[in-house]
Amino acid sequence: MFDINEIREQFPILGEKVYGKPLIYFDNGATTHRPRRVIEKMDEYYYKYNSNVHRGVHYLSNKCTDANEEAREVVRGFINAASTKEIIFTRGTTESINLVAYTFSEAFLHPGDEVLVTEMEHHANIVPWQMACERKGATLKVIPFNEQGELDLSNLDSLITAKTKILGIAYVSNVLGTVNPVAELIKKAHAVGAKVLVDAAQAIPHIPVDVQALDCDFLAFSGHKIYGPTGVGILYGKESLLEQLPPWHGGGEMIKTVTFAKTTYNELPFKFEAGTPDFIGIIGLGEALKFVSEIGMSDIRAHELALLNYAHSELAKIDGMRFYGTATEKSGAISFLVGDIHPFDLGTLLDHMGVAVRTGQLCAEPVMQHYGINGLVRASLGVYNTEQEVDVLVKSIKRAAAMF
Amino acid sequence: MSKTIQEIEQEIIDEFSMFDDWMDKYEYIIELGKDMESFPPEMRTDENLIKGCQSQVWFIAEQRDNKLYFKADGDAIITKGLAALLIKVFNGQSATDIATADLTFIDEIGLSQHLSPTRSNGLLSMVKQIKMYALAYSAK
Repeated sequence: MFDINEIREQFPILGEKVYGKPLIYFDNGATTHRPRRVIEKMDEYYYKYNSNVHRGVHYLSNKCTDANEEAREVVRGFINAASTKEIIFTRGTTESINLVAYTFSEAFLHPGDEVLVTEMEHHANIVPWQMACERKGATLKVIPFNEQGELDLSNLDSLITAKTKILGIAYVSNVLGTVNPVAELIKKAHAVGAKVLVDAAQAIPHIPVDVQALDCDFLAFSGHKIYGPTGVGILYGKESLLEQLPPWHGGGEMIKTVTFAKTTYNELPFKFEAGTPDFIGIIGLGEALKFVSEIGMSDIRAHELALLNYAHSELAKIDGMRFYGTATEKSGAISFLVGDIHPFDLGTLLDHMGVAVRTGQLCAEPVMQHYGINGLVRASLGVYNTEQEVDVLVKSIKRAAAMF
Repeated sequence: MSKTIQEIEQEIIDEFSMFDDWMDKYEYIIELGKDMESFPPEMRTDENLIKGCQSQVWFIAEQRDNKLYFKADGDAIITKGLAALLIKVFNGQSATDIATADLTFIDEIGLSQHLSPTRSNGLLSMVKQIKMYALAYSAK
């Protein structure tokens, strides 16, 4: 039973006031808040058990190691990976993508090869591939999107070819909110022997994700976008593929033996986890995934979809409202402009009314270039948002617009 | 006798002290932005652009009779209004006075958040450039 009041009560920050007004938080696409149980779990480990993982023989170290590995199992179950060897802890989505872009290109990318991304990617799923292409003499290709913000697949056959080595694609666009047909594109890519990395940063808190059903080769997401702590993220990779990739960062934990003549590397997943991980963050992420699992991802999806539709229809009543991203399949984000009001101006005024939104280029400059604009206002939803909050957002936008 | 930087700052502080709430304050800044002296379109070049992620500012400076004069433009009205306040304070002052000015009014009128490095709206860079410009001139 999805009880919004019960959910809201678990987020202490939602009771805070900004400029003396109740906080209305619509910047969940940037980061979500943490429920009390995540904060308390992390506190508990700081207070009682803190000790480095995988190293000590002593009680505390074992306690943290167990919790670290238990969290890995929680992540595995959450995305239905086949094995915990396929779950690599990173600092976040950006680091996960960089890890793959570097190691995959070292192993498989050659001059003349192509890497494919989409026009709606976050910079984190563009720049690492550009860097890899530059290093390897490969070419970056782009799948465009149409005015609704849906991928234009009409020329797909000329884009996904035998030259394509890997496709990097957002499951959900951080600007347009479009849910991309990743399963279909994964099939297409596999048909020509290409691999696929799914950037699930904006999908993971909103829709159920099953890596085996998708059959993706890699999938990346961040803890802080799904009610977990910052500084911890996940890279999922198929075991057989991860085995073929060289290590990325060198250091402790990722080695089997070290001599000055030769170092051999540890097994998966540790091969890719050099240095002390943010194990308390990892434990917090595990707790966050338990939190959303107990509510149920399909209930979360239903609540958020109803709210997204309500927000679209209410915001549409504002004079001069223009939406960017009107795909049939949407999740999370509503980006818009009102009349000729600059997003910075609107965001500043909304802030003073207690409403937190994101403004600017949203780390997706190609999307801005597509529409010929300098920025957008983005309201992005979370599990704790309500229709009443949407009403305040609409009222606040009207009030701000009247000031110009 | 023209007013000193400090005197103009005090005038602005007095003006802002009359506003009851933040909305009045911002309505005034928006007015300042709208009323700002027009910026020569041909000067809206990349060279004169201070690019921020959130909003951007175009900015030019010139010297006449040992005084410095500034013009600015912005794509966001609030940014433009704040730029107008900065120009009001600095326009027609000597390079030495500008270079040594200890800008306090932004803090006093409760708008220091807009000059924080994290706002990325080009204003902080504009203040830095005004200061550097003045420093270069005062050294001549």
